[in-house]
Amino acid sequence: MPDGRLKWRGRVRAVLGDHIDTDVIYPGRYLNITDREKTAEHLFELVYPEIRASIQPGDVIVAARNFGCGSSREQAAAALKVAGVGAVLAASFGRIFFRNAINLGLPALIAPEAFAACRVGDELEIDLSAGVVRNCTTNQSIPAAALDPRALDLLAAGGLIPYLRRKYAA
Amino acid sequence: MGMTLAEKILARASGRDRVTPDEVVVARVDLAMSHENADLVRKSFLEIGLNQVWDPTRIAIIFDHRVPAESEKTATTHKAVREFVAAQGIPNFYDVGRGGICHQVLPENGHVRPGMLVVGTDSHTTTHGAFGAFSTGIGATEMAGVWTEGALWFKVPSTIRIEVKGSFHQWITAKDLILYIIGMLGAAGADYRAVEFDGPAIRAMSIASRMVLTNLAMEMGAKVAFTPVDEVLLDYLRPLTPQKIHRIAPDPDAHYERTIHIDVARDLPEPQIACPHSVDNVRPLSALGEVPIDQAVLGSCTNGRLEDLEVAARVVAGRVVCDRARLLVIPASQRVYLEALRLGYLETLVAAGAIINPPGCGPCVGLHQGILAARETCVSSTNRNFLGRMGSKDSRVYLASPAVVAASAIAGRLAHPASIVHEEEPCLTEG
Ligand code: SF4
Repeated sequence: MPDGRLKWRGRVRAVLGDHIDTDVIYPGRYLNITDREKTAEHLFELVYPEIRASIQPGDVIVAARNFGCGSSREQAAAALKVAGVGAVLAASFGRIFFRNAINLGLPALIAPEAFAACRVGDELEIDLSAGVVRNCTTNQSIPAAALDPRALDLLAAGGLIPYLRRKYAA
Repeated sequence: MGMTLAEKILARASGRDRVTPDEVVVARVDLAMSHENADLVRKSFLEIGLNQVWDPTRIAIIFDHRVPAESEKTATTHKAVREFVAAQGIPNFYDVGRGGICHQVLPENGHVRPGMLVVGTDSHTTTHGAFGAFSTGIGATEMAGVWTEGALWFKVPSTIRIEVKGSFHQWITAKDLILYIIGMLGAAGADYRAVEFDGPAIRAMSIASRMVLTNLAMEMGAKVAFTPVDEVLLDYLRPLTPQKIHRIAPDPDAHYERTIHIDVARDLPEPQIACPHSVDNVRPLSALGEVPIDQAVLGSCTNGRLEDLEVAARVVAGRVVCDRARLLVIPASQRVYLEALRLGYLETLVAAGAIINPPGCGPCVGLHQGILAARETCVSSTNRNFLGRMGSKDSRVYLASPAVVAASAIAGRLAHPASIVHEEEPCLTEG
């Protein structure tokens, strides 16, 4: 998803289970990489290194419960975003990951049925303002919790940094 | 209807009379903590384009994850943060050799008091709930927002109350209790929620032991966790701060999402172990059979305090670490280190064959100072055993209490301290 776009189509790139922790998303050994653009190289490196290579811009990662649990490392959300992931759909999220994702402009949607309703390769249509996710491949709609207006503002701005830059420094 | 601790603190910090769960409030931050990732915060802050942070006196920065610098990359990061600290005039900066692990250093220096709203760029910032603070982890970019505005939005969490009574059996500690609770509730069992620990067994605990509970509450997803603000806490805090200390307690008619009752005498007959590769994969020690270990780690923001080193010294005294195993000991802070040195605990541990790492996170997050090879097994007093957390993705980490870690180092396999130390000795904590 290009920065700030609230509606787009993307393919499901991975369907993952419960408790995908931040060490799995982005291993601790690369925490001293503080250049956001370089984080994507290590996305899912320990367990699912094949996912990264196949990501097309706007693709969607689907997971079951508690995606992004564990550490506060922002690189986990940054790596997904920089790799081109358009959104993460999960039944629930680790709370710090959820906030990091929105702050970095990566939509994180609470969608309890996504895990059951998506297969790798399915095409999804996502409309963040309307709070609608549709699986175009199966022609099924996937219920997703509406994002807080504050979160939508941040996503529309492309994340917290551009949002605050506009507010304070422009 | 009354309010829980989390609701009271968020109401105060957002200038409201009352708040209720699921409301979103914007609250003023009293203290903003970062460790080495202050460099990430700094970068995001500079991207926003401001020159001056909102309030340098409310920012604390502590180096702990990579001390001393293990690489040129880290050394460069440390240097950039030092320069930023000097330029911004941030008074509460704890450099290499001045502090230790952030979650130990903040309270030790009287920075955290009851009723405060604390955020930190570290997930185990929940630890400071042992001091009556609403204290939670956030990411680096969000912290750059705090450095800019001094405020943050929060969804008011609902609260789970955990009432604990009974006396601990010998060798059973706060670590066993919280692992047992996480095993029961699961890794997402307290997601987005506040947790209040209370009851006679909690009130009888030392502050160090209470910190184990609030630290590990994060591993069941808690946003914040509290232990009571009582005389034990006030006695601990008074010598550390000239500031007025507010007593704070939940209202008697506060609403809880659920209340859980635990009797440690009944429910915790033996040590609890979190098995690879998740913190909620908890089993009693006797259910595990023979588990040989290569490395034993005693340290971290969970269990690297004086009482932890003391019990380990008591277990290993006059014995030696098994040939097949290594024992790594990491005091949580310079202050803990010095006390343990004076009291002779470190001498006992070194004589037994332990190696003492400098105060800091050590190998907890797999960066340095004791990384595991493929097919190695570690027993650790830390708080995470995720796949690859301490090194190779083919290594295994079992989480346990300091007493079990020390006993296992001597035995070369997971071991009950009672199988190593045979004399009758007093309980660690009584409740
Ligand atoms: S000791 Fe481990 S868990 Fe605690 S702050 Fe350091 S790396 Fe994190």
